[in-house]
Amino acid sequence: MAYHFLGIGWLSWITFLPIIGMIIVLLIPKEARSAMKWTAVGITFLQVVISVLVYLNFNYNLSGINTQEGMQFVEKAKWIDIQSVSWFGRLRIEYFLGVDGISVPMVILTALISFIAVFASWKIDKALKGYMVMLLLLDTGMMGVFVSLDFFLFYVFWELMLLPMYFLIGIWGGARREYAAIKFFLYTLAGSVLMLLAMIALYFSVAIVDPATGEKIHTFNMLAMMNPANFQPDSLLVGFGTQMRAFAYLALFIGFAIKVPIFPFHTWLPDAHVEAPTAISVILAGVLLKMGAYGLIRISFPIFPEMAQKYAFALAILAFINIVYGALCAMAQKDFKKLIAYSSISHMGIVLLGMTALNTQGMMGAVFQMFNHGTITAMLFLIVGVIYDRTHTRDLDAFGGLALTMPKYTGIVTVAFFAALGLPGLSGFISEMFSFLGAFQVDKLRIITIASTLGIVLTAAYMLWTLQRVFLGKVNEKWGILLDVDAREMFMLVPLAIIILVLGIYPSFMLNVMTSSVNHLVNLIAQNGSAAALLQ
Amino acid sequence: MSQETLLILAVVVWLLPLLDFVVLIFLNKRIPRSGDWAGTSILFAALVLSFTILFVKLGAYHDQTLQTTFTWVNFGNVPGVGELKIELGLMIDNVAAIMLVVVSIVSALVHLFSIGYMYGDVRYGRYFAYLGLFTFSMFGIVLTNNFFLMYVSWELVGLSSYLLIGHWFEKKSAADAGKKAFIVNRVGDVGMFIGILILYATFHTFSFDVIFESIKSGTIPFGSEAWLTAAGILIFCGAIGKSAQFPLHVWLPDAMEGPTPVSALIHAATMVAAGVYLVTRTFAMMTADALMVIAYIGAITAFISATIAIAQNDIKKVLAYSTVSQLGYMIMGIGVGAYTAGFFHLTTHAMFKAGLFLGSGSVIYAMHNALHHANDHQTDAQDIRNMGGLRTKMPITFWTFLMYTLAISGVPFTSGFLSKDEILAGTLAYGELTGHWIIPIIGFFVAGLTAFYMFRLVILTFLGEHKDPHRFDAIHESPKVMTIPLIVFAVLSFFAFYSWNPIGAASGWFFHAVERPESVVPFAVAAANNEAFEATLHHVHAWAMLLSLAVAGIGIYVAFSTYYWKKINADAVAHAPVLKWLYKFFLNKWYFDELYQVTFVQGTDALAAAYRWFDNVVIDGFVNGVAKWTIGITYGVKHTWEEGRAGSIFYLTVFAMLSLFIGWQVAIGLLIQGASIVAKIECGLLGLGVSALTFFLFYVGVGGFDNKIVDGMVNLIAYLGGFLGLLMRKLQTGKVQTYLAFVLFGVMVFFLWFR
Repeated sequence: MAYHFLGIGWLSWITFLPIIGMIIVLLIPKEARSAMKWTAVGITFLQVVISVLVYLNFNYNLSGINTQEGMQFVEKAKWIDIQSVSWFGRLRIEYFLGVDGISVPMVILTALISFIAVFASWKIDKALKGYMVMLLLLDTGMMGVFVSLDFFLFYVFWELMLLPMYFLIGIWGGARREYAAIKFFLYTLAGSVLMLLAMIALYFSVAIVDPATGEKIHTFNMLAMMNPANFQPDSLLVGFGTQMRAFAYLALFIGFAIKVPIFPFHTWLPDAHVEAPTAISVILAGVLLKMGAYGLIRISFPIFPEMAQKYAFALAILAFINIVYGALCAMAQKDFKKLIAYSSISHMGIVLLGMTALNTQGMMGAVFQMFNHGTITAMLFLIVGVIYDRTHTRDLDAFGGLALTMPKYTGIVTVAFFAALGLPGLSGFISEMFSFLGAFQVDKLRIITIASTLGIVLTAAYMLWTLQRVFLGKVNEKWGILLDVDAREMFMLVPLAIIILVLGIYPSFMLNVMTSSVNHLVNLIAQNGSAAALLQ
Repeated sequence: MSQETLLILAVVVWLLPLLDFVVLIFLNKRIPRSGDWAGTSILFAALVLSFTILFVKLGAYHDQTLQTTFTWVNFGNVPGVGELKIELGLMIDNVAAIMLVVVSIVSALVHLFSIGYMYGDVRYGRYFAYLGLFTFSMFGIVLTNNFFLMYVSWELVGLSSYLLIGHWFEKKSAADAGKKAFIVNRVGDVGMFIGILILYATFHTFSFDVIFESIKSGTIPFGSEAWLTAAGILIFCGAIGKSAQFPLHVWLPDAMEGPTPVSALIHAATMVAAGVYLVTRTFAMMTADALMVIAYIGAITAFISATIAIAQNDIKKVLAYSTVSQLGYMIMGIGVGAYTAGFFHLTTHAMFKAGLFLGSGSVIYAMHNALHHANDHQTDAQDIRNMGGLRTKMPITFWTFLMYTLAISGVPFTSGFLSKDEILAGTLAYGELTGHWIIPIIGFFVAGLTAFYMFRLVILTFLGEHKDPHRFDAIHESPKVMTIPLIVFAVLSFFAFYSWNPIGAASGWFFHAVERPESVVPFAVAAANNEAFEATLHHVHAWAMLLSLAVAGIGIYVAFSTYYWKKINADAVAHAPVLKWLYKFFLNKWYFDELYQVTFVQGTDALAAAYRWFDNVVIDGFVNGVAKWTIGITYGVKHTWEEGRAGSIFYLTVFAMLSLFIGWQVAIGLLIQGASIVAKIECGLLGLGVSALTFFLFYVGVGGFDNKIVDGMVNLIAYLGGFLGLLMRKLQTGKVQTYLAFVLFGVMVFFLWFR
C-alpha cells in the first residue's frame, strides 16, 4: 500500500490531523492569537492537500459500497478485540477506514469547508483558544464520519462531533445561543440514541466467520451488515421485511433524518444556524447536514434494502414537503440567515428526492447535490456573515441598493444566489436536474416529482426577492458607504464560486468519482431488496 | 469548406460573445470606453462568420444536417439500462444557420446603436458585457442538437434578460420587472423541464434526432399517445413563457423597463422568438392535439394583445403588445402547420420589430434630450400624446419607421406582407382541414387591428403638430451610430431579400431552404401530412391574399380617418356607453396583472406566512412542550426542579456514572463470559473511562457556560481540575444529564434485551 506517510495511512492523517492541531493550539500561550489561527490554517490546509491527493489517486473503476476490495485507501486494524470464546462468539470492534465514490466527495467537501471555516473565524475575540480547539475537534468528528466503515467507529465520530458543535453554538453564538444549543443537542441526542439502538441490534444480529479461526464473530463492520447471508438465524434482524427490521430501519432513519433535517424534525436547524457564528453556520449547513443524508445512503439503504424500497414513496413525500415547505418558510422570513437556513431545508429535500428514486441518476443527483449544496450554502452563509460583520443586523428590510456601494460583493452574491436557485451553468442545476430525472423515472414517484418542481419556481421567487430587497433599489442612507469585500473574504468566497462554476459546466470532474459506486449501490439495493433476500 | 471547418466556425461564433462577456465583466473599468468597441467588433466578427456559415451551408450542404457531439457525462453501466451517457452537441441545419444570422444581425446592430444610445450610462461596460452573455446564450439555443443544452441556454437567456431589464435597478419598477420576467419565465420553464423529464425517462437521451427516430420507430412515452401529446404541450410551455404567450404574457410589457436597445434585441427580435424556434425544433414530435393547443394559444395571444395595443399610449408599450401579438401569430402559424411561414415570420419580424424598437429608441432619445434641454422632468418622454410632428425633425427615423410599419401591417412589397400572407393562408387551410374556423377569423381580425394600431402610432408620433413648439425646436435627429442600424433594418424589411417574387414567398430561397419536417408521431394522432396541407394551402392562397390586403387596408384607413383626418373622434368612441367599458378593459390590459396579484402572488405570500406560523407555533410548540413536560415528570413539580436541582444533580451524576459503568460491565461480562481477568479489567477500565468522559462532557455541556469552565476546558490540566471541582461543588444547572441518565438506562435495558 503506497498511500502511507510515516507508516500511517492517508485517511488516518486526514482524520486525526486536527487532533494534532488541537494539541498544538492548546500548548500555544493565550496571547499568541495569530499563532493559533495559523496553526488551524496549516492543519486544515494539509487536510485539503490530502483530500486532493485522495481525489487524484482515486481509482474510478472500484466501486466499494459492500466489498472491502472495492474500498480504497483502506486501513483496518483491531481496535477492541476480546479473543475469549464463549457461546456468543467474540467481541470485535475494528478501526476500519476506507473511501469509495460516495464518501470521496464528502471528504473533499469537509476538508474544503473546514479550511474556509478557519478563515471565517478570523475575527473571533472571545476565548479564541477554546474556539479553535473545538473547531478542530469538530473537524475530526466530521471527517471520521465520512471515512469510517465500522459502525461503532462511525458512531463514535458522530457523537464526537456533537459536543464541540454544542459548545461552539452555546458559547460563541448569538443572543439566544443557549436555547439554540440545547435544542440542537437534544434533537441530535434523541436521534443518536435511536441510532445506537439500531446499531446494537444490528451488532447482535450479524456475525461473520473469522477466516483465521473459523469461528463466528459478531461485528460492527458495515460491509458485513450489507450481506443478508451474515444475519444469524434466530437473531433479531434476520429475515426480510420483518417488523423488527422495519423498527430498526425507522430508528436509524429518525437518527439520520434529524441531521438532514427532514420535516418534521427540522426546527433545530433555523435556530442553530441563526445563533451560530458565521463559520459554524457554514460548517453546519455545509457538512453536518450531509452526514444525515450520507448515513441514509451509506448505512440505511444498503443494510435495509427492502425497507428502502418499501418506504421510498413515504420518503419521497417527505422530500416533497421539505422542498416546498422549506421554500415557502424561507419566503416568509425577515432574517437573512434564517432565510438561508430554510432554503437549506428545501435544498436537502432535493437530495432526498434523488435518493428515494434508488436509481443511478437519482442517487448520483443526490450525492452530487450534497456536495453542491455544501459549497453553495457555505457561500450563502459567508455572504450573510460579510454583511453582518459590517452592520450587525440581518434584517432583510434594513438594506437596499448594496449593489451600488458594494459591487464586488454583489457580483459574488449574484453567483451564489443563482447557483442556489438552480441556474444552468452552475453546479446546483446539474444535481437538481439529475435528482428530478431519477425520481421521474420511477412510476410511483412521478406525481411527487412533478409536484416538487413547484420548488423550482418558489426558490427563484424568494431568492430574487431577497436579491432585490438587499441589493437593488435605492441605497439605504443609514449605512453610508459600506466597505466592499476585503481580501480575506474574497479568499473564502472566490474558490467556492470557481468550484460551483467549474462543476456546473463540466460536472464529470466529480461525477466520474461516483459513477461506479453509485451503480453498484443501486444494483445492490435492487438485488438484495428483492430476489437475493428471499434466499433467507 | 469541409463540414468540420463549418462546425468549428459555429463553435467559434458561439463562444465569441462569451469571451466578450468574460472580458468586459471583469475588465470594463480598465479598458478605454469600457470596452464598447470590443463588444461591438466581436459581434460584427460573429456576424461575418454567421454569414459565412449560412452561405456555405446553403451552397454546399443544402440538404444535410451537420452535427458534432461529445460525451459530457458518463453514467457507466447503469443497472437496468446498460451503458449510459449524456452526449451533448451542436448542429447546423438550414433553420439554425438562418437563425444564427438573424441573431447576429440584430445583436451586432443593437451593439452599434447602443454606443450612441447608452453612452455615458452609469454601468455602460457592464451593459455591453450582459449583451455578450445574452448573445452567447441565444446562439446556444440556436445551435444545440439536444434538449439539455436547449434548456441550459434557455435559462441563461432568462438570466441575461433579468440582468438587462434590471439594468437601472435603482428604480424599483425596473428591479420588479426583472424579477417578474425571471419568475414568470421560470413557470414556463418548469413545464418544459417536466416535458424533458418525460422524454428522458422514456428515451434515456436528450438528443433531438435520437428521440425523433425512436418515436418514429414506435416507442412513445410510457406507451401512451396521451403522454406524447402531454410531452409536446409541456415542452411548448417553455415557449409560452419565453415568447410571452397567454397566459404568461404579462412579463413582456413590464420588461420595457430595460434600456430600449435591449427591448429591441431581446424583447422583440431574438429571445422572445426563441419560443417560436423551440416549436420549430420540436415540430416533428407534436401530435395533432398538441399542435391544436399551440395554434389556439397563439391565436388567443395574438387577439388579446392586439386589443390591448390599440389602447396604450406609451410608445414602447404599444410596441411591446404588438410584439406579443406577432409572436402569437408565429406560434399560431406553426400550430396550424404553416411551419415555414411561422419561421419566416420570425425572421422578417425580427428585422422590422428590432427596427421599430430602435426607432422608438431614437424618438425617446430625442424627446429625452429635448425635455432635458427644457429642464422638464414632468413630461413623459415615451407618451405618444406628447409627441407629433417629428417627421420633419427626424426624417431618417420617420422614413425608416414608416417602412417597418408598412411591413408589420402587411403592405405588399415588404417582407412582412410575404410572411403574414403565408401564415394567414395556413390558417385558412387549417380551417378547411379541421373545421376550426375561429383561428383564421382571429388571424384576419388581428391583421386589421395591427395595421390600425401601428398607423395610429406613426400618425400620433410623426405626423400632425407637435404638442409643445418650444420643445419641438430642441428635437434633433439622432447621431449616425444610431441611424445607420435603422437604415439597415429598413432595407432588410424589403421583400427582395427573401424572395424575388413580391407576392409569393414560396418562390424564394427561404421557402426552399426551410421545409416542413415530416411528422414522426404515430399516424393516428398526427396532424394533416405535408401533401394534404400543401394541397389545401394552394387552394385557399388567393383568397388569403385578397383578404389580408383588405383587412390591412381597412385598418390603415380607419387609423387615418381617426387620427389624421379626424373624421372619427377617438375620445368620443372611447367614451361611448358600451365601448367605455371595453376601452377601460383594454387600457388596463384585461386586468391580468391584478388577477395574478390577488391569486398567485398574494396566495403564495399567505401560504408562506401560514407555514411560518405553523413552524414556529405548532412544531416548535410541540418540541418545547415535550421538553417542559419531561422536566415536569422528572422533578414532579416545577418548584422542585428550581430549588432541588443543586442537590439532585450530584446524585444524578453518581447514579448515571454508576449505571453506565455497571452497564458496561454487565454487557461485556455477558458477552465474554470466558474472557480472561485481564481482558475484563481492560474492558472495565475502558468502560469507566468512556462513561466518565461522556458524562463529564454532557455535564459541562449543560452547566458550563461561564468563563471559568470555558477556560477550564481549553486548558488541558484545568480540564480535569474543572471536572473534579464541578463534581465536588455540586453546582450549576442541568437538564441534559437527566435525559442522559434515562437514556443510558434505556440503552442498558436494550442492550440486555437485544442479546
